[in-house]
Amino acid sequence: MATVAQRRPVRPRRWRMRRRDGSVLGGVLTWMAVVVIVVVTVVPLLYVVLSGFRSTGQLNTDPVALPDPWVWSNYRDILTSGDYWRFLLNSTVIAVIATALAVGLGAMAAFALSHYAFKGRELIYGVFTIGLLFPLGVASLPLYLVLRDIGLLESPLGVAIPEAAFSLSITIVILRPFMRAIPQELFDAAMLDGASRLAYFWRILLPLSAPALSTVAILAFVTSWNFYLLPLLVFNETSHFTLPLGVATFQSQYSQDTARILAFTALSMIPSLAFFVFAQRRIVGGLTGAIKG
Amino acid sequence: MSADLASRPARRATVRRAARHRLLARRRLELALLLGPALLLFGAFVLAPIGIAAYYSLHEWSGFGPISDFVGFDNYRRAFEDDVFRGAISHNLIIAGLSLLIQLPLAIALALLLNRRLRGQGALRLIVFAPYVLSEAITAVLWLLLLQPDGAVDQTLQAVGLGGLVQPWLADRDIVLYTMFAVVTWKYIGFGIILLLAGLQGIPSELRDAAAIDGASPWQATRYVILPLLGPTIRIWIFLSIIGSLQLFDIVWIMTGGGPAGSSATMATYLIDRGFRRYQFGYGSAVAVILFLICFVFALLYQRYALRRDTRGALAQGVG
Repeated sequence: MATVAQRRPVRPRRWRMRRRDGSVLGGVLTWMAVVVIVVVTVVPLLYVVLSGFRSTGQLNTDPVALPDPWVWSNYRDILTSGDYWRFLLNSTVIAVIATALAVGLGAMAAFALSHYAFKGRELIYGVFTIGLLFPLGVASLPLYLVLRDIGLLESPLGVAIPEAAFSLSITIVILRPFMRAIPQELFDAAMLDGASRLAYFWRILLPLSAPALSTVAILAFVTSWNFYLLPLLVFNETSHFTLPLGVATFQSQYSQDTARILAFTALSMIPSLAFFVFAQRRIVGGLTGAIKG
Repeated sequence: MSADLASRPARRATVRRAARHRLLARRRLELALLLGPALLLFGAFVLAPIGIAAYYSLHEWSGFGPISDFVGFDNYRRAFEDDVFRGAISHNLIIAGLSLLIQLPLAIALALLLNRRLRGQGALRLIVFAPYVLSEAITAVLWLLLLQPDGAVDQTLQAVGLGGLVQPWLADRDIVLYTMFAVVTWKYIGFGIILLLAGLQGIPSELRDAAAIDGASPWQATRYVILPLLGPTIRIWIFLSIIGSLQLFDIVWIMTGGGPAGSSATMATYLIDRGFRRYQFGYGSAVAVILFLICFVFALLYQRYALRRDTRGALAQGVG
């Protein structure tokens, strides 16, 4: 950590570097870009949050204005009626199941594909990567019928299991190279000490893979959390809805009461944004790392 | 017993062979335990549905009762003769094209501008990335509300003297697709910027200094040194962007349902509309197979011709 005393001598050098690599024009353009990005991104989000504090009457007379007076009832009604919390709980349950399945089974498969030599290994790996290439929508019609036949419609598992299956692709694609890169000497040492491969996997490889595991866990969780199509197909009953499905349905149900929809939308953004702020490093690093390699 | 009659070395060989067999059997069991569950899950919920879709697509079927009306490739012919579906394909392609022509240069320009020490860089990063983290459904509802006639967007335009630009954003058949593109850009450009920034940070700053010493202007250094080095990142972005454009669903479905009159339909919204709204499971499956083949062929060709240099086939090697 840079203390004040340490920072002082560094400052002039940084200042000089900045002068050199950025012309005045570049500086001005940069700040304009920053302002535009912030305005375009933040203003719509802020608008939704603030408008939730207005009444539909206020919104009708003037769509763009500050709350006057501040109306708390929209947020209060939503937070005290059960729907919002139920959607939140449903989303959480489904995302946790999907993440546990995808990461658990994905780690096992990645271990098999990185530490065992057998015929057809690359073929199996190639098959898993196919899942990266098409959307779940392609499989939705037969998937729906399969879920109907095995009685998983209206069940959280009906959404979580297919989501986990689709998340296996990215999980394995990230985990296999990571596990391969762990030094061979560790494996040899474990074998010399008489450990079985499975013991090596459980006691040594998994703990060492923690950073990659948390990256794929976050990816699987966010994917599941944001998913819309599958819950739309699987759930008919409002009490089973996830948050994205709930927001979309709420919007069409209460289309007259704009203020309530705005408040509901604002509240449903909070978990995603809060989770993002909390796990920013991992999400950004994981996504760019997974893709760039 | 033959074992009693066998000579000692032979018996030892038998024992060794048996031990090796046990070892092999054990390894096979381990492999089955490790790979089996994932393969089962993936096979049942990802691979099988595609195969089943291909089978359905050859039939006329409502999704209920036994499947019997074999119609061959009729569903495929019908799809390609349907103006709405042809329109949907062209909408996907237009979105993909606009992404390359508008989103990409914009993302590169912004990433280049932001690639310097800035105060509040962490906060800026957070803001840039925020729309990408929101669920598509929530993004769609948000913009649906903002784009209502005489709503927030229209009022803002009027307030800053651009009232002439106000349009029926979601109701005009000639405009709605571009509205979709704008919303998609709002949601995804932050991801492009962050990806490109990560790429830029991997380029040593000495290269720019060297170019400057050789007399290159900052623009020339950017154009002839930095951009080519950013090539791999840009090619990955193009891949993700086109696959994403081909698969566009949530935002369009919630904001317009593909309308008015199919003018914002994408292949995916068309597929869900025919399959689940009109119970044409056979026909919808044909559309699904077409969508799958388009994505798959594009991905393979792109891997082979564009990404080969960068990753030697991420498909075979893993994107990691």
